[in-house]
Amino acid sequence: MPAVTQIVRLTVNGDLREVGVPMHFTLLEALRYGLGLTGSKQGCDKGDCGACTVILDGRPTLSCITPVFEAEGHAIVTVEGLADVEGPHPLQDAFDLHGAAQCGFCTPGILCSAAVLLEKTTSPSRTEIKEALSGNLCRCTGYSKIYDAVASAGQRLQVEAQLGESGR
Amino acid sequence: MMKDMIPGFELIQPTSIEGALNLLEEYGENGWALAGGMDSLGWFKNRGKRPEAVIDLEGLDALKGIDETADGIEIGALTTLTEIELNPLIRERFWLLAEAASKVASPQIRNAGTLGGNLCQDTRCWYYRYGVSCYRAGGNTCYAAAPEALNREHAIFGASRCVAVSPSDTATALVALDAEMVVRNSSGERVIKAENFFMEPAVDIMRMTVLDPEDLLIKVRIPNTWTGADFYFEKVSDRGSWDFPLVSVALAIKSTGDRIDDARIVCGAVQCIPRRLRNVEAMIRGQGRDEDTAAQAGAMAIQGAKVLNYNHFKIPLMENLVKRAVRG
Repeated sequence: MPAVTQIVRLTVNGDLREVGVPMHFTLLEALRYGLGLTGSKQGCDKGDCGACTVILDGRPTLSCITPVFEAEGHAIVTVEGLADVEGPHPLQDAFDLHGAAQCGFCTPGILCSAAVLLEKTTSPSRTEIKEALSGNLCRCTGYSKIYDAVASAGQRLQVEAQLGESGR
Repeated sequence: MMKDMIPGFELIQPTSIEGALNLLEEYGENGWALAGGMDSLGWFKNRGKRPEAVIDLEGLDALKGIDETADGIEIGALTTLTEIELNPLIRERFWLLAEAASKVASPQIRNAGTLGGNLCQDTRCWYYRYGVSCYRAGGNTCYAAAPEALNREHAIFGASRCVAVSPSDTATALVALDAEMVVRNSSGERVIKAENFFMEPAVDIMRMTVLDPEDLLIKVRIPNTWTGADFYFEKVSDRGSWDFPLVSVALAIKSTGDRIDDARIVCGAVQCIPRRLRNVEAMIRGQGRDEDTAAQAGAMAIQGAKVLNYNHFKIPLMENLVKRAVRG
């Protein structure tokens, strides 16, 4: 069986990265073990928990059941790419303030799903938040604080957008 | 048995349909056509299936997208479930399919999972998925029908040695919409009615569809037959999202005033194929769309059901779903 390492070119968090991996690797394995990006978690590793969620071409995707070769030529954002030089992503601050993480294992995946939701709307309803996070399991929090944190991050983004406009 | 790591395989990435068909013919049983990978990767990881060559369909752009034709629409087999859920044309004319697609698994899986993959996915019977040598895997017993077996998800109709059910949400909707599957192999193309696309265990216990190893589902055609009809879709599962159906129902119905002109009623997860309720369709034709007709429809739907140890609940569930669908 050929298990020969090949070079795959992945656009991760805006950078074009080359990584040598066997072609039967998943995107998650390439991110974690090829590129050292261990933010995306290997939970169930079979598409049942959402801890490995990354953003592929603007859509939340399970990296543990995405073959690495399918990710070539697509834009990948992992939890490491959410913050910028200015500071954490508003979602990350909100999760901190609301105590929305306990063990934290599901948090990177949830942040990715929530970030895509807030790209679409900064004022999601509770139902929209639940729907957007319906592919991410959390076994600690009971979700309420997570939903609160997402809503509050949305509010902050709205305020910042208003301030940004009036400041110009 | 070593689990949870994918063994090596030869990766081939054809860039044309013809190229893919030639590869499928060349590799036969040892080849594996890979679309979104949502079902395939599970098989690869638990080593239940070990293809020699994986034929990656991702490069076949001709199989992606939704087109309007003279008498309906055509959906490429590699179109994602999210695209189907959000497509304005499908939502307007064939809401039933958009709704069914929106109920599949989780947002992440719908973003990567394709229509073709959802239709061709293997059954979820966990004895079979675990890799035991059951009838469906080429062995000589069914573990799910054994006296103490856990079988609350299994079939109440059409079991034949194997008691597994069809897990697809979009399959029920497409049968109800009189869709057709366009299938191609290196020697030609054939068009198969959605209703005849799925395989009963009595005919071939080791396959879920009529597709041979060298066949590729190219696209799904939906005629305008049911445009403007009333639709009903309901899926009952243990969890609110990210789950396979315990029982589902898809209905397309046309009425004049309150008289039913014609209908299609299909139930999912009660049989190894989407179960079209032809007798109920015939019975409600010409009747009023009311409580009485609905009750009769529900009662008729469950006639002949045969339970296992733990799936009795599927009978009242199916009866009530059919009743609700017909009542509207």
